Amino acid sequence: METKNRTIFFEVCNLSISFGGLDALNDISFEVHKGEIFSIIGPNGAGKTTLFNCINGIYKPDGGHIIFKGQKIQGKRPDYVARLGIGRTFQNIELFTHMSTMENLMLGRHRYIKAGLLRGAIMWAKRSFAGREEVAHRRKVEEIIDFLDLQSVRNKFVGSLPYGTQKQVELGRALAMEPELLLLDEPCSGMNSEEKQDMIFWIKDIQDALGITILLIEHDMKMVMDISNRILVINFGKIVTEGSPEEVQKHPEVLRAYLGEQDNLENIA
Amino acid sequence: MDMKRDYYEDVRLFGSKVVLFWFLVLIAFLGFFPFLFRNYYVYLANYMAINVLVAIGLNLLVGYTGQISLGHAGFFAIGAYGTITLMTSAHLPFLVALVLAAIGAALLGFLLGLPALRLEGPYLSIATLGFGLTITQVIGRIGFFGGRQGLHAPELTIFSWHLDSDRDFYYLLITITVILTLVARNLVKTKVGRAFIAIRDADIAAETLGVNIMLYKTLAFAVSAFYTGLAGGLYAFVLRFIEPQIFSLLMSIIFLAMVVVGGLGSLFGSIAGACLLSWLDLELRNILSIPYLGGWLEALSKSYFSITGVSNIQLIIYGSIMVSIMLFEPLGIYGIWIRTKLYWKTWPF
Repeated sequence: METKNRTIFFEVCNLSISFGGLDALNDISFEVHKGEIFSIIGPNGAGKTTLFNCINGIYKPDGGHIIFKGQKIQGKRPDYVARLGIGRTFQNIELFTHMSTMENLMLGRHRYIKAGLLRGAIMWAKRSFAGREEVAHRRKVEEIIDFLDLQSVRNKFVGSLPYGTQKQVELGRALAMEPELLLLDEPCSGMNSEEKQDMIFWIKDIQDALGITILLIEHDMKMVMDISNRILVINFGKIVTEGSPEEVQKHPEVLRAYLGEQDNLENIA
Repeated sequence: MDMKRDYYEDVRLFGSKVVLFWFLVLIAFLGFFPFLFRNYYVYLANYMAINVLVAIGLNLLVGYTGQISLGHAGFFAIGAYGTITLMTSAHLPFLVALVLAAIGAALLGFLLGLPALRLEGPYLSIATLGFGLTITQVIGRIGFFGGRQGLHAPELTIFSWHLDSDRDFYYLLITITVILTLVARNLVKTKVGRAFIAIRDADIAAETLGVNIMLYKTLAFAVSAFYTGLAGGLYAFVLRFIEPQIFSLLMSIIFLAMVVVGGLGSLFGSIAGACLLSWLDLELRNILSIPYLGGWLEALSKSYFSITGVSNIQLIIYGSIMVSIMLFEPLGIYGIWIRTKLYWKTWPF
């Protein structure tokens, strides 16, 4: 195998975590190649979001490794993991509701902004380092606003935006940190079909134009089969199977555990 | 819709020329204030300016970062005692002593911020309450700090400027307050302030964007304590005499009331809240000397409200004003301001 010698982009090895005797994740291992869309599917409560939380450092796994660009990241603090270049959106929107879209996205720039307490305190528009830096990062954020068509809500408080737009802002915020690996937790949940189409378009664009590797959790099977390079199926915290969309669709256990009856499969295909 | 043409509009200290104009009008008014009003009002303005500093500091913590504190009288005391003892014992000049005392308060604020990493809401309020109560007890026991007898403030000289009247002190105080208000405005518009608000609104999301919660929560406590400590150091020279009893639990709660009545998460609100409650505090003491009404209020208070026979109608009015503001506008004075602005913008619709 030619993969032996290169450094692995992202890898999860024998990851396990349990909450009070319940094995939320049990011996999960997989590898994500740079530049691909890797989807994780499974029924509700399968442990998908728990897996994301372990990667982010929100949960400390009981055992196993998570390796990102040759560095072990399991058990590290979330902000440390974020600074390495792993971005994230949430299943239940976690926006800063009392800030505008622009300010929300500016938080994505947090790790790049150098002016802290003292230089920020003496900010004096163009005459100060902090002022020039703020403007430079606002220009960068503007690119993302253009990319996601958020111009009309740039200065609106995100708390008052429609649900689909909020999901978009959340994606923008994660993109603003220019991650190398992006974790998307159900980016299309609760969206209408038009919004879904837009979101699928952006996700593909993020992969193609920005070259960001994507780890995706999604329940919409059509979408998952459509855009994923590879798919991991988990149930009850264990791996069911892993492979290309075509392979996964044919796997008998997937049909039983997740897709259900035979006639459902016909709908998907 | 207003179109942004230039990002410097977001970053500028004053959003527009109109705001800058009104700011300059305010500065001019503040500059002539001592010549226009009698000495009592200059004293009142000094008292207000100090409370504005505390309210802004506390709002950065409570309103912006979402961490509660019932112990800010403790930082206020550290600022006051620190400044005086550094001047009398270490013979440091006033401004150096003031800043060092405020930094001392900030360091203690940082330490108090550590339990805040694990505590939230009511639990944190009790932890900070304990801090506030302990500080005054400890200071009261230490002879070096004058113990129960208190301390007298030394003569105040900055270089060759002798500040021996309320009016002199007013100019020093207003300068510091205006500068620190603008600094706070800058802070909430830049990286640190955004991180504070992010922690308040969605702390987990903030972490996954690279915000170090431990750092910024403790930093919020330190910055807040710095403002409060500085205000405490200045307050010592307004009173000219300090004793531990001044820095009571009630003081901490009044500080918090200023922030809440003014409007959480708004600097304008902090200024308004601090000014209103300071004004009420001093002005209501004179309520009994109003002709006719004063006598009637005193009689009412003595026959219906007071337990000890001492008139307490001032406190009752003070409390009812606070209750009514919160009842009619939960966002405080800031909320009233927003509604008024909206009303005039959309008038006559």
